[in-house]
Order: sequence, then C-alpha cells, then structure tokens
Amino acid sequence: MKQLAEKLRGVSPYVYLIPCFAIFGMFLFYPFIKTIYMSFFLTDRLGQPKIFVGGENYADLLTSSSFRNSILVTLIFVLIVVFGSMLLGLVTAVLCSRTFPGIRAFSTSYALPMAIASSGAAMIFKVILNPTIGLFNKITGLDINWISDPKYALVCVALLTAWLNSGINFLYFSAGLGNIDESIYERASVDGANSVQKFFRLTLPGLSPIMFYTLVVNIIQAFQSFGQVKILTQGGPGESTNLIVYSIYRDAFFNYKFGSAAAQSVILFLIIMALTLVMFKVEKKGVKY
Amino acid sequence: MQNTATIKNPAVKLSRSGYNAKELEALHRRMGLAALRRRRIKKGILIGLNLVMALFILFPLLYAVSVSLMPGNELFTMEMNLLPKNPDFSNYLRAWTQVPLLRFILNSFLVAGSITFGQIITCSLAAFAFSFLNFRGKNLLFMLVMATMMVPGEATIISNYLTVSRFGLLDTYIVLILPSLTSAMGIFLFRQFYMSFPMSLYESAKLDGCSNLRFIVSILLPLTKSAIGAMSVYTFINAWNMYMWPLLVTGSEEMRTVQIGISMLDNTDAQSITLMMAGVVSVIVPSMIIFIVGQKQLIRGMFSGAVKG
Repeated sequence: MKQLAEKLRGVSPYVYLIPCFAIFGMFLFYPFIKTIYMSFFLTDRLGQPKIFVGGENYADLLTSSSFRNSILVTLIFVLIVVFGSMLLGLVTAVLCSRTFPGIRAFSTSYALPMAIASSGAAMIFKVILNPTIGLFNKITGLDINWISDPKYALVCVALLTAWLNSGINFLYFSAGLGNIDESIYERASVDGANSVQKFFRLTLPGLSPIMFYTLVVNIIQAFQSFGQVKILTQGGPGESTNLIVYSIYRDAFFNYKFGSAAAQSVILFLIIMALTLVMFKVEKKGVKY
Repeated sequence: MQNTATIKNPAVKLSRSGYNAKELEALHRRMGLAALRRRRIKKGILIGLNLVMALFILFPLLYAVSVSLMPGNELFTMEMNLLPKNPDFSNYLRAWTQVPLLRFILNSFLVAGSITFGQIITCSLAAFAFSFLNFRGKNLLFMLVMATMMVPGEATIISNYLTVSRFGLLDTYIVLILPSLTSAMGIFLFRQFYMSFPMSLYESAKLDGCSNLRFIVSILLPLTKSAIGAMSVYTFINAWNMYMWPLLVTGSEEMRTVQIGISMLDNTDAQSITLMMAGVVSVIVPSMIIFIVGQKQLIRGMFSGAVKG
C-alpha cells in the first residue's frame, strides 16, 4: 500500500502535463513527424502515402521555377511586412511615450489592428483598392488596378499585413520604452542633446532587448500570412503573390499533391528555424545591453 | 525636472554677472512663461501628430463603417465619397438575413470561448508542474514545449486535416476546438508568473494538507488573475480570427465561423460591396469590444510577466 502511494507520488507530476501533451502530441508532434514522412512519398487523392520516392519531392520543388518564385516572393513579402509593421509600431509607441490628454484613446487605436482578422481586413482593402470605386485611386488620382497588377499586388498585400501586425508591435515597443530609465534623457538634455540624437543614441539602444524579440516574432508571423492572400489575390496575378503558405494550401487541397505540399511545409519550417537560430546567434554576439 | 534644470542654470550664471534681485525675479518669471509656452507648443505638436497617426491607423476601419452605412448606389460614383450622404442600416439588415450571421457569431463565440477556457486549464496545470514540482525530464519537456512555437501551423495542418477526416470529425465543433486547446505561449506566460511566487507558498500549503489540485484552484488561480486575463483576451481574439483551419474543416453553413462566414458575402457582384462591409463590421465589433475592455488586463498581464522573466 505504502509502496503504491510512493509510486503514485512519483507519477503525479506527469499527470498535470497529460492534458497539454495529449493535445501537442496529437495535433503537433504526430502531424509534424507525419508531414516529414509524407514528404518522401507520392500520395493518393485521400492523402495516403503510396509510393516511396525518397527526396524526389524536394528535388522537384527546388528545380521548379514556380516554387523558387514562391520562396522569392515570400522573402520580399516578409521583408516589407516586418519592416513596415515594426516601423509603424515604433513610431506609434514613440508618439505615446509621453503622457498627454487623451493618450488612452490614442494608444487603444494604435493597438487595435491586433484585434482585427486578416480576412476582414482583406475585404476592407479590397474595397479601398478597387480600381473604379476604390478610395485609394480617388485620393491619389491614379488609375491602377492594384490587386490585379503583378507589379503592385504583392506590395499591397504586404502593406495590409504590416498594418495588421503593427498593433502588437505598438504594445511591445511601448513596454520597451517604459523600461528605459527616464533620467538618462534628463541628463542628455542637460548635456544639450537634441531629440534626434536622443532618439538614436538613447531610445533605440534602450529598445534593443525588446527589438530583438519583436523581430523574431514578426518574422515568424509574417511567414504564416494566409487569409489576406486567399481573399485578396488567390496567389495571383500570375504567381506574384503565391506565398509558400498559399502554395502549400493550393497543392494540398486543390491539386491533391499532398506529398509535395508536405515537402514545402518542411522547407518552410526549415527556413523559419534557420532564421530563428541565426537571429539568436547574432543576438548573443552582437547586441549588448 | 528637465525644465526647472534648464531655467535654473542660466539664472545662477546671470546672478553672478550682476543682476539685482528684482531683475532676476522678472527674468525668472519670463523664462518660466517661455518654458511653459514651449511645453504647450510641444504638447500641441505631439497631440497633432498623434491625431494624424491615429486617423491613418484607424482609416480602414472608419472607412469600412462609412461604406457599410451607404445605400448601394452611393458607392458607385467617380466622385469622392468618404461619408454616406443618406446613412441607413439597410445593409446590416440585408447582411444579417442574406447569410446566417447570427449563427456564425454564436459559433465563433462557442469555439473561441471553449478554446480560451480549455487553454487556461491545460496551460495552468502544465505551468504548475513546471514551476512547483520536480520530476525527471522536466527541463527537456519544457524545452519541447517551447520548441513548438517554432513549428508553423502550416507545417502540421495537412496531416491534421487528414487525421480529423479519418476520425470522421470534419464539420463538428470538436474539430474546431480540440487542436487549439493548449498553447506554448500560455504555458510560458503562466510559468513566468508562478516562478515569481516563493516556493515556501507551495510548501506551507502542502504542510497544511492542501492537495496540489486545491493549491492550483484556490491559491494559484486567484493570485494570477492578471495573467489569466491577458491570456483570455489574447486567446479569444486569436481564436475569433482563425481562418485557415475553419476554412478546411467546416463544410456546411451551420458550422461556419465568422471569418469564413463573411467571406460568403465577398461576391464578385459589385452591388454587394456595401453588404460585405456591413458583414465585416458586424464581425469586427465583438472582437474589438473584447479587446478594448480587456486591453488593460492584456498589457499588465503580458508585460509584467515578461519583465520579471
């Protein structure tokens, strides 16, 4: 009896982990391994692996101009999104770093995009960018079909995504600014530093811890954008907005090429992991605070 | 602080260079007024810049509201039409009757609510074990949890789809809820909070004969209300905004969640644009309200934990 109780006590910590690991196991670890497994197979229309093809799915992808285009387009997209959303987040956070009447309403507005779904936002932008009745053409006096022109479609989707992601960046940067010791600004003012100097010499370095974290989160998030592409452009025109995620979706659920889609998922994972690891390396070496 | 410092310094210097007390006082006052004016101008500029920025950020939303109130024919002009001339709610009426928007909203509330509730339970249990208990493989398991953050949802979504369709779970509430019932971020956030409590809190509760479960329910959860609040707001909004998973696993109209539901209003038929905007606004409003109400909680919970860590 006593032995049993003892044993149970040894087991009990794991009991608390069962719920979360059951979910992770079933919907993350297992499918992740299965995706890797599937990426080495040709599958039937139901997604059952049928013929082992080794690295053929990967080889096909890496030589296909369509997939190389997807990677290129995705990288450009991520670059614009990350830069745009971090810039917006930073500017808004700096604007709200000193108190003034009405600051709460303003900071709520700046954080608000994080509450908005990609699908809803995409539908709003569809109207704004509409070539005939869209407000954007009316304001600028241009006559451009923004989302049907391969030159502009990607930038439009990227800027929309930057706007969507800027809300949480505002929160991150506001928290970061709050952590900077006010007294260094006072000392700098006494020494005659102007606002521009203070921003580049004090504010930006002071933000570097949160800046790094924000950058990692933003890059991972940008890679996973889907809803806006699905609704605005469906990967087109041509393949100019065929981001990897959208290409995975299309290959799996329209072309029923589950094996190839799985291989693309693995490549996507590898890209994200490599970027994350590189950033952690750089951070350890370079950024000092 | 900053201003008094700049005012005082020249005053000290000048008094040495032979001002009498009266002149000095007048100068002092003048400088004070000038500083005040400068501060006011600065504040004015700050508010002005903020107004411009807020308008820029909110513009898509405000415009969506404006279009949703326009009668169909008002939108279709080549003229500038920022605001509806004869605003009415007919688009909302039509949007709510043309597609079962109420049903979508209830579905989403059910799904997002269950996910939020479930995550609080699974994450707090796991975080409790990771911060108060000792067991073999603890660090390894925790690393494993953290590593899941790096796996993009898309890397698993195909297999997950195949799994749930094999189980015959497609087009059910269960399939919408189950895969999201836990999250690495939630475990991490709760653990950050729990680590800030002294171990003696747990030990003395144990000595008083308090079971682990009772410790969680009656001591930990009440003490971490702000973390729970932050988690709830964040999780609920994310679940409300889910797009790819519901798109794949729901087929029938009755099971659609809001984000997929409003896409049904997204029609090539140009007349339906105002209708579509009414649908979009109807669906954004709930998540916006939850965000605005919970914003304080969200910030306090997310960042007080992060800073301590």
